[in-house]
Amino acid sequence: MKTREKAIEKIILICAAVSTLAVALITIFIFSSGFPVLKSYGVFNFIFGENWRPTGGQYGILPLIAGTLGVTLGALIIGIPTGLGCAVFLAEMLKKRSARLFKAAIELLAGIPSVVYGFFGLAVIVPVIREYILPLVQKINPDASSSGFSVLAGAIILAIMILPTIVSISENSISAVPREFREASLALGADKRETITKVILPAAKSGIFSSIILAMGRAIGETMAVLLITGNMAQIPGSPLDSAATLTGTIAMEMSYATPEHQSALFAIGIILFVIIVILNSIAQAIMRKFGGMTA
Amino acid sequence: MNKNVKSKGYFGLIGLVAAITLGVLILIIGFILVRGIPNISLEFLTDSPRMMGKEGGIFPVIIGTLYVTLVSIIIATPIGVAAAIYFSEYAKKGKLINIIRFFTEVLAGIPSVIFGLFGFAFFVVFLGMGWSVISGGLTLSMMILPTLIRSTEESLKTVPVSYREGSLALGATKWETVKKVVLPCCKSGVLTGLILGIGRAIGETAAVMLTVGGSLKLPVSVFDSTRTMAVHLYTLASEGLSDEKTYATAALLIIIVLIINTLANYISGKLAKE
Amino acid sequence: MAEKEKKFEIRDLDLYYGTFQALKKIDIDIYEKDITALIGPSGCGKSTFLRTLNRMNDLVEGCRIEGSILFDGEDIYGKDYDLIDLRKRAGMVFQKPNPFPKTIYENITYGPKIHGEKNKDKLDKIVEKTLREVGLWEEVKDRLNKSAIGLSGGQQQRLCIARCLSVEPEVILMDEPTSALDPVATTKIEALIQELVGKYSIIIVTHNMQQAARISNRTAFFLNGEILEIDDTEKIFTNPSNPKTEEYITGRFG
Repeated sequence: MKTREKAIEKIILICAAVSTLAVALITIFIFSSGFPVLKSYGVFNFIFGENWRPTGGQYGILPLIAGTLGVTLGALIIGIPTGLGCAVFLAEMLKKRSARLFKAAIELLAGIPSVVYGFFGLAVIVPVIREYILPLVQKINPDASSSGFSVLAGAIILAIMILPTIVSISENSISAVPREFREASLALGADKRETITKVILPAAKSGIFSSIILAMGRAIGETMAVLLITGNMAQIPGSPLDSAATLTGTIAMEMSYATPEHQSALFAIGIILFVIIVILNSIAQAIMRKFGGMTA
Repeated sequence: MNKNVKSKGYFGLIGLVAAITLGVLILIIGFILVRGIPNISLEFLTDSPRMMGKEGGIFPVIIGTLYVTLVSIIIATPIGVAAAIYFSEYAKKGKLINIIRFFTEVLAGIPSVIFGLFGFAFFVVFLGMGWSVISGGLTLSMMILPTLIRSTEESLKTVPVSYREGSLALGATKWETVKKVVLPCCKSGVLTGLILGIGRAIGETAAVMLTVGGSLKLPVSVFDSTRTMAVHLYTLASEGLSDEKTYATAALLIIIVLIINTLANYISGKLAKE
Repeated sequence: MAEKEKKFEIRDLDLYYGTFQALKKIDIDIYEKDITALIGPSGCGKSTFLRTLNRMNDLVEGCRIEGSILFDGEDIYGKDYDLIDLRKRAGMVFQKPNPFPKTIYENITYGPKIHGEKNKDKLDKIVEKTLREVGLWEEVKDRLNKSAIGLSGGQQQRLCIARCLSVEPEVILMDEPTSALDPVATTKIEALIQELVGKYSIIIVTHNMQQAARISNRTAFFLNGEILEIDDTEKIFTNPSNPKTEEYITGRFG
């Protein structure tokens, strides 16, 4: 009996360690596959090289980094205020029942597959940019041109995709702010807006901050949606209307026809992505662990 | 008065933002359903694709999707549930558990394209499984593992300590207690995790694209290459083969997501009541 | 008592949470610069009543009120009554010390800033004045920019009282202000309350009958949402007219 219990505990422990094993395997395989190119090409040249021309043996990913940064930044600029607005709406303005419905809607947004977002962007946002937004821009700058496949299109779709992350984590931390703070503020004659902006949001700031970091990680790591709508031109975008290629999109698109050296370069992009994401997520986790519970 | 105006403006703006968000959700779903549903026919669901999917149906793709998803949950469910049991029932506070927990979180945050790269390098090439249902299923099982663990652990936590004490006091061993008392109490938690995992597996594209290949033949063995609906949608959309088939595939995916979310909500709602 | 002005006049006050009636026909006058204690067993409505005076019950969903509460002769539930002004004039101290997770300085200047005070010198003066009033100045003057969360429970509660004084209220509503504190801190707060009474009208809800006896001039006894008896504190505690009151204060229930 005793040995059986012991054996079971061991088996369960092994199952729990599978995730750790998986991370280890992923790290080993991505790094070992990508390492040859990093070594022969040089890490510095790889990251700061301005030309991504795999057919010509040039593996500089600066344009891809710029593309990823462009869409991510754009997504955050649109997504943060929208997400925070929704979180405040959910936590402070809705009654229980309607809050449940709104939450379900936000969860639905999280459940839609990224390729569907990409397709929606392709079918709706890209043409809208080409046919409506471009003419507007051309009134100010007659030289502007755009196929619609652009950083802007990617940013808009990514903004929608990161909303659920921002909304749900921020809403949780807003709701976790003790009632007493709210009452103390109102009892001093502050109105609801002042209470929210000056007491509740500051008290929830660590949760809000980590939601933003996680959202950023999600935007950087997203593949299919941006792949379909940013145009995939490995160039440093000069304006939001320019086409761009991202780190993730380039991997997904070029993997199927890559030569061994080119494949290794794609794995090297994977290394860079992996490192960025692990750092971002660790920061978010650390913030939540440190300030997760309310300070009071 | 001034304060009042500011306040109205503030809440007005927030209400507007929320309304726009809701509007966008409805627009996306509505747009795809309205254009896609008329193109979903019995023939579309039961026929094989012709001319790379330009014509015909998507029957092998549906089967491929189910096949890959099934393989992934068969692998991930026992491991995920066991891991959750370890975290909530067996683990003592300490370094080991912190490390395991940290890496579980890391696993949850890894972008799907990295899983794809890994699946390609490890399952497809290193283990020689080739582009196949099993390579895709294994890759996906790693991706849905954290969801399963989290959801199961949440519901394990809700089982009162007194249940465990009651069983242990009767002389049951720890494992008997877990198996016969604790686990049966959180069936719905496991189920919710499972459903969310299925949703993720069906919707996943990047990782699957790099591991299952893209064959449009009906897969029989787990070592056959296949194509899932999400990958098919990507191919149709990027190659602009046929608007009708693209919208129909997208609509089918949305319908599945709607069903899955409703189910998950229903079950976790029941869980909340228990 | 007759020479004192009436600060609050409450007439026929009923309060419902949904269909549950929490207060029944409350009829009571609160005098200026006086300490009124509200006593009674848990759930008798004394805290609910206190919260009607600065309309904090407005926050509760499904809360409905009938009857009238006059504050300096004006109905605070009247249509055009300025809620913000009411809460400024009638400050509140809560059961659990609830300083904001901000610095000590920010805690005190929060109210004045909300009400439009921007002058740094004036804000500094308010901080010093109120902290002196609650006897906290010497203890915290060197760490005004440290988080208020680092203070002890008793210090936190005195800070909360200072925060309440910062907007120059006329009335202070206290909802069991010492129930979360140890005896030493309680003594300090009680002494503070007695110093404050010369300047402010104070209404205090308390579970502790000795406390009511020690610090208040008038006491109201609540039971099941009604006021059974209201009189001078001395009379309530020595010669109550209602037998229920006597049962409660001699500890036979509650």
